[in-house]
Amino acid sequence: MGRGARSSAFPVLLLLLCADRSLGAELTFELPDNAKQCFHEEVEQGVKFSLDYQVITGGHYDVDCYVEDPLGNTIYRETKKQYDSFTHRAEVKGVYQFCFSNEFSTFSHKTVYFDFQVGDEPPILPDMGNRVTALTQMESACVTIHEALKTVIDSQTHYRLREAQDRARAEDLNSRVFYWSVSETIALFVVSFSQVLLLKSFFTEKRPMSRGVHS
Amino acid sequence: MAAEQGVRVVGPGAGAGLGKVVRALLLLLYFAARSSALYFHIGETEKKCFIEEIPDETMVIGNYRTQLYDKQREEYQPATPGLGMFVEVKDPEDKVILARQYGSEGRFTFTSHTPGEHQICLHSNSTKFSLFAGGMLRVHLDIQVGEHANDYAEIAAKDKLSELQLRVRQLVEQVEQIQKEQNYQRWREERFRQTSESTNQRVLWWSILQTLILVAIGVWQMRHLKSFFEAKKLV
Repeated sequence: MGRGARSSAFPVLLLLLCADRSLGAELTFELPDNAKQCFHEEVEQGVKFSLDYQVITGGHYDVDCYVEDPLGNTIYRETKKQYDSFTHRAEVKGVYQFCFSNEFSTFSHKTVYFDFQVGDEPPILPDMGNRVTALTQMESACVTIHEALKTVIDSQTHYRLREAQDRARAEDLNSRVFYWSVSETIALFVVSFSQVLLLKSFFTEKRPMSRGVHS
Repeated sequence: MAAEQGVRVVGPGAGAGLGKVVRALLLLLYFAARSSALYFHIGETEKKCFIEEIPDETMVIGNYRTQLYDKQREEYQPATPGLGMFVEVKDPEDKVILARQYGSEGRFTFTSHTPGEHQICLHSNSTKFSLFAGGMLRVHLDIQVGEHANDYAEIAAKDKLSELQLRVRQLVEQVEQIQKEQNYQRWREERFRQTSESTNQRVLWWSILQTLILVAIGVWQMRHLKSFFEAKKLV
């Protein structure tokens, strides 16, 4: 019976642990004006974590960011940054929080991308983590290719974000050119007609006055 | 070997106890591992939106878990079953592709059919203001996109792959994701080029048009005023 319980427990254990993904998150969120958004994550002691962030759209494409450790100390603080990368080795175990603030802006809401990675990537199967033997050549080649592909995907992400930023600016420019041209044409017509009317009114005698003059 | 013999020797009663201990341990491990997702706080009527810019035919899996602040115990407890989250996913053309209500803990999945910015919005369905008691709802969120959404243990079990085969399968999935992203990149770059060319055209035509309008208005003004002054016998 003990054996039965043991044999049924392990696959379940494996399955449950496999269901967990690598710690960390990559999110793009909207930050309204005068708002602050904080995220929290539990980090073990001695584990290295990294935070990459970039502003994609909005205003002057800048945001304030600060990171606090579980004791409340600010371990990173930057104001009005467009993008930055920050890594830190956690000295204290606990919940670390990082916040993005758009409180300096009165009317532009921003879209911010961040990538928060904690520790190393876990193996795709949990029992791969505690191997006794060394990796075979095939397996180590696979690991090398995997790491290289991860670099490719990372650079694709960064390229996509920069392109999104440029595209946002270009579309902004396009619509600004359109609205400015239309309003300038209207202003041109209005100003020229009113100039003519005003000038004519200087030389037009007012009827009651002229009658008074004549009589 | 000695440990195994020890289990056999002790007997079925202790074995059942050991099974219970193992089960309790793995439940503890499960919850301990689960609680380490990124979390943020959300107000009662607040809607939080996340954007995922993804190529087409990409699967996105989102897991969330909510906790409510318990004032008596002064800590966050798992939310009551009545409290749920409403999840809404919009595709790049602002068409809703998923709008469902889930419980206090949920998992949503969707696959993109058009490349572009998909918007995932979450807000709580709570209408009872007293439920929140002025506090915030803590939401643990985890969104996995594309290759990261694959459950390799499940794939290994279903297709009966060895470790090496599984690694190669992961590489294949990664390369496919890279290809999709590159196709999407080409599409985006074309759109960007169209926008830039449209701006260029607009600036060119509008400046020519405005110069013509300026000249025409000037000519009209002079002629009109000249006829006006002639009528007034000032010229």
